[in-house]
Amino acid sequence: MAKAGKISLFIVIFLFTLSVLSPLFPSSDPYAINLDSIKEPPGINHPFGTDNKGRDIFWRVIAGGKISIGVAVTAAFVSALIGFTVGLTSGFFGGRYDTLVMAVVDFILSFPSLLLAVAISVVLPPGIYTVMIAIAVVGWTSFARLIRGYVLTLKDMPFVDSARAIGCSNARILLFHIAPLCIPLGLVMMGIKLGGFILTEATLSFLGLGAQPPVPTWGSMISAHRAYILVAPWMVLFPGIILSLTAFCFNIIGEALKKKYEVKDAGN
Amino acid sequence: MPPLLIGITLLAFSLLKALPGDPVTALVGERASAEAIENIRKELGTDKGFVSQYIGYASLLIKGDFGRSYYTNRDVLSDIEAKFPNTVMLAFAAMLMAVPAGIALGFFSAYRTGGFMERFSNIITLAGLSVPVFWSGIMLMLLVSLQLKLLPPSGTGGVAFLVLPAFVLAVPAASSLARITRTTVRDVMGLPYVKTARMKGLSEVRVNTIHILKNALIPIVTIIGLDFGSYLNGAVVTETIFGWDGIGRFTMEGIIKRDYPVIMGCIIAGTVIFVIVNLLTDIVYHYLDPRIRLHGKGR
Repeated sequence: MAKAGKISLFIVIFLFTLSVLSPLFPSSDPYAINLDSIKEPPGINHPFGTDNKGRDIFWRVIAGGKISIGVAVTAAFVSALIGFTVGLTSGFFGGRYDTLVMAVVDFILSFPSLLLAVAISVVLPPGIYTVMIAIAVVGWTSFARLIRGYVLTLKDMPFVDSARAIGCSNARILLFHIAPLCIPLGLVMMGIKLGGFILTEATLSFLGLGAQPPVPTWGSMISAHRAYILVAPWMVLFPGIILSLTAFCFNIIGEALKKKYEVKDAGN
Repeated sequence: MPPLLIGITLLAFSLLKALPGDPVTALVGERASAEAIENIRKELGTDKGFVSQYIGYASLLIKGDFGRSYYTNRDVLSDIEAKFPNTVMLAFAAMLMAVPAGIALGFFSAYRTGGFMERFSNIITLAGLSVPVFWSGIMLMLLVSLQLKLLPPSGTGGVAFLVLPAFVLAVPAASSLARITRTTVRDVMGLPYVKTARMKGLSEVRVNTIHILKNALIPIVTIIGLDFGSYLNGAVVTETIFGWDGIGRFTMEGIIKRDYPVIMGCIIAGTVIFVIVNLLTDIVYHYLDPRIRLHGKGR
């Protein structure tokens, strides 16, 4: 699993780098419309074929990578940051604040997450930031719950008592003694969540709630091209393959991290 | 449970207030009759403050008045009622495929750590969780319906129409079920009473089914309930792709047309359904696990 995790990480990084650097390649413009080569099947000039406006699908898929992966990773970071802060403080201070926070977490977790994301995307104007917010609003809860649980076990350990005995303030104990120990756990959770985040981003884009055309994202490409499924199936096939591959890689990375740090119940 | 409902209606109401223009027209649309608009206005009390307006809105909801669609001018709740049976049918069909497949796969892969079955199911289930339903749905439709012409590509109707969307929904559900089953079965397998059962000389089959599987099933029921609850909300994507006339597609159409009463109605109705299914799951759970039952009675 460790080896598969490394390979997966390499694939994802490679895709993302290629996506960011793609403007450097000749004839890689994802927006270049060429009416002479409409709906061309995959071939030497266009490895993934062309779409209904003659745009090269390979380069559109590659260009979509930085948006899809970028949105998912950013949303994961935001979720982790919020979840970390909330989990650390509520686990450490407990009391009413903790009860309130956990009630909010339960509230969000008891709601079908896609529907909540859809509701948020309807209120806010469509775009990548809305997608990030929609993912993070649901996403932070699993981090908060996990970190809180861990802090609860950590805070009764002798090293916390010793820190307090030598006169450390609460803030210092939390930031320098407890927080660093929670970081691996947060990383594992990010790995586990990323595969799902990629799919949520794609689904919201597919529903037209994400980045707006002509910006290429994997979800919106599949959505826009599905009308041509009979005449030009490659227009739907390739974005989906790359999307599934990326989600699969992220899931394997999550599994590998989980095994490495021996986190058992990091589910949901 | 009640906080959840208050929360979601509050969310819906804030959305209503956040829309540009009059919340009353936002609720019934501009094509509603003057009389209907006047009625809603009285009910909502638009001249009063936010809180009393919210209470007015909540009482409208309790009366079953979810507003009218902007486009069809039809009552949202009666549309939801008409579409709900289709969604239930799809959810049942999906679970019918997912539950046996997921539990069987998880159960058999739990047996040997690092064995072929475990690695196989690990990859299969991760893949099942990685392929987005909107893509697998389209590809399956292309292959099965348009190329092989085995099943109708889309529409609402009998079993033939049901197979593809149910299968597409069942794949990720079966995958997550298999993964959870594997973990719980492995946990239960290591418990002392399983060893006791073996030492008593019970047959392997009996130990596996009655002692291991039955106990492992308890947490699995929760997952099945959660999945089922979210499917009853309408599998938004799957229903849209396959043209299945359920709540999910209704929600989606509302979103595309920015038909706010429809969107809010679907979200609120969806939450109510979700809450009810969760409650039922809890009841089943308590029934299955006597330890919780005793605890609940406070003995």
